[in-house]
Amino acid sequence: MNEEEKIITEESSLPQNAEHAEAQPDPGQGQTSLSDSVKTLSPGQLVLKRFFRSKLSIVGLAVLVALFLICFIGPFFCGDVSYDTVDLNGAPQVTTEPIVFVVDGVEYTMYDIQYTPSINMKDYPSADHLLGTDEHGRDVFVRLMYGGRVSLTIGFVVVLLETLVGVIIGGIAGYCGGIVDQIIMRIVDVFYCVPQMPILFICSAIMSANEINGFARIYWLLLVLIVFGWAGTARMVRGQILSLREQEFMLAARSMGLPAGRKIFRHLIPNVMPQLIVSMTLGLGGIILTESTLSFLNLGVPPPYATWGNMLGCLTSGDFTIISNFFNIWGPAGICIMLAVLSFNFIGDGLRDAFDPKMKK
Amino acid sequence: MSDKINGEQNENIEAAENAAAEENVVTAVADVNTETGAAAEADEISAETEDTAKKNSAPVKQKKKIKVPESIRKLFVKGIATSQFKNYESVTPSEQELSENILIANHVKQYFPIETNIIGQPTRFLKAVDDVSVRIPYGKTVGIVGESGCGKTTLGRTILGLYRKTAGDVYFNGRNITNYSNRKMNTVRTDMQVIFQDPYSSLSPRFSIGNIIAEGVAVHKIVPKKDIKDYVMNIMARCGLQPQHYERYPYEFSGGQRQRICIARALAINPKFIVCDEPVSALDVSIQAQILNLLKELQEERSIAYMFISHDLSVVQHISDSVGVMYLGSMVESGPTDAIFYDPMHPYTRSLLSAVPVPDPRRKSDRVILGGSIPSPANPPSGCRFHTRCPECMPVCSQTAPVYKEYKPGHFCACHLYPQD
Repeated sequence: MNEEEKIITEESSLPQNAEHAEAQPDPGQGQTSLSDSVKTLSPGQLVLKRFFRSKLSIVGLAVLVALFLICFIGPFFCGDVSYDTVDLNGAPQVTTEPIVFVVDGVEYTMYDIQYTPSINMKDYPSADHLLGTDEHGRDVFVRLMYGGRVSLTIGFVVVLLETLVGVIIGGIAGYCGGIVDQIIMRIVDVFYCVPQMPILFICSAIMSANEINGFARIYWLLLVLIVFGWAGTARMVRGQILSLREQEFMLAARSMGLPAGRKIFRHLIPNVMPQLIVSMTLGLGGIILTESTLSFLNLGVPPPYATWGNMLGCLTSGDFTIISNFFNIWGPAGICIMLAVLSFNFIGDGLRDAFDPKMKK
Repeated sequence: MSDKINGEQNENIEAAENAAAEENVVTAVADVNTETGAAAEADEISAETEDTAKKNSAPVKQKKKIKVPESIRKLFVKGIATSQFKNYESVTPSEQELSENILIANHVKQYFPIETNIIGQPTRFLKAVDDVSVRIPYGKTVGIVGESGCGKTTLGRTILGLYRKTAGDVYFNGRNITNYSNRKMNTVRTDMQVIFQDPYSSLSPRFSIGNIIAEGVAVHKIVPKKDIKDYVMNIMARCGLQPQHYERYPYEFSGGQRQRICIARALAINPKFIVCDEPVSALDVSIQAQILNLLKELQEERSIAYMFISHDLSVVQHISDSVGVMYLGSMVESGPTDAIFYDPMHPYTRSLLSAVPVPDPRRKSDRVILGGSIPSPANPPSGCRFHTRCPECMPVCSQTAPVYKEYKPGHFCACHLYPQD
């Protein structure tokens, strides 16, 4: 409150100051102290200030930060247990094999007792395995952390790259206008109207046919998601730039004789950033969901690599006891997906409200 | 390629010559004044012109130009073929005219397509500016007045090359800039600036004030990089802004302050000519006076020429040396300020002047009230464009357009009330 009052007093004293500006190049003593006490906020800082007013977005941010810390730092505390480490400390199998032989007419029976170590699968949560083990005897909690790494990284990489592509192509379309715009937007339309899921199925089948397996598949998956994801961003950026282009500050930039690159990247893109950031955050949730869907259908990241999606894949194995009795195997992955997507959406909503000047309270 | 470069160099030489001519003018003034201060100022100006000449020649040598065939370039440029509407002979202004006027615009037309046929050829046009000629002398102010929607703003933007003009020739600072490409135009942009009507939308919201003003300075290398901040601070102080405003953002300022920022931004790159596009119409009267006085002071200091666009007659009378009156995209009358305000010739000018409120309640009103509203510039009336609303309309008015000609020295008018030949 105090701060605002100071701003008002300063502004109202301005006209007089303006007239005497030439006569008194050094502002008076009171003036300097005023300017020191009034804090200037850049538009970015204002947005952050407004963002942290919303409780929901703070919750979203906290959950996400927690997920990130657990996924990216957690595995360092797990020793040599990794996503594909099979726990062999299950109840040992005892095989007793009688070996019968006759010495001097007397029949002897020897028992060959073998202890074979067995896979500790479908174990319930315990101190050794915080969330138990899955049907192949792998630690669910460790897999959850490794899976989070892959899922979240895919989300971020895809969103960043598709936004980059979208901004460049949409920016060119919006800035140039005319026939360039027409050509680019028709290409965007083509990408926009192709149904994504069948294409992804086909791509997956092609990858299988070409025996692209293991981790390389993740990179191909990234590429496919980017190729089919940039069109929406491009369309949005183009629309925004079309309206910004007609603003008078762009005309001022033109009359200033600024080069085109500067006009696009210093004047237009920063003004599109609010919408971009919002669509990126909301898009992150979508990408994580898409990746999960694909992995769930065994089209995405193949086992033994863990992602949240293919951890749910055990539900398609046909073993119905897993669904009914072993929530600890598939439940946590589902909850993580839900938490991540919800948090991204909360943050996106919070950012949108923070960027919208009409929401200023 | 080499021809092109030669052409560029020739032009630079021309520019330098023009600059030299200008310097002569300034030194002549200094002689008359016989003041050492003025002479020093002239030296300063010559140093500046040298700088700009260097700056203009430098990028030509460095950058390779890719030549795009005209047929392909046309595809990328929104606009109408110029030849289609060029129904006059372009006359090169005389040497004397070029040396007196910073800007000469001859027969400028700006049509916007409003309807296109199936293959994209425009069929109907909105004739925002139709055959307007303007001359703006060095260091003087030319006011442009007219109703809303009569094309004042469009005229200003067209002669600055912000719109791709349909037809007409523009000479700026002694050079023909009619067919300058965008890139070439950027080299003369430092000498011509614009102050917009709306101080709210003409500042980019994501730049701090310092950056807004410094941007042009940095791009055009007006001062060395390390001096930019001091330079901007000086300009800001000159325009009545406080040093602590440097780091602030546009949303923190009032309309008057924003307009000062716009003026500071335009001034920072040392223009010789500024189009003031209704700079005070969004401001209240006390701030209006401050801004107008600031503009006048700056003109005296730096001998900047203004084209002052406004619908406020008293403001125009206050600031202008000569005035042009526009109606529906064309100039109906122009002349020295006093001649226009005390001896108007055109009925439209008279009715405009009679509409100015006089602060005297006992004064009997002899207003000429115009009926109806301004016709659509997409479908202007035949003959004289004003005949539909003119109180002194004659049969001839609806048939032939009057000739825009000089009746008294410097006083032009287009009306059938006066002899046409």
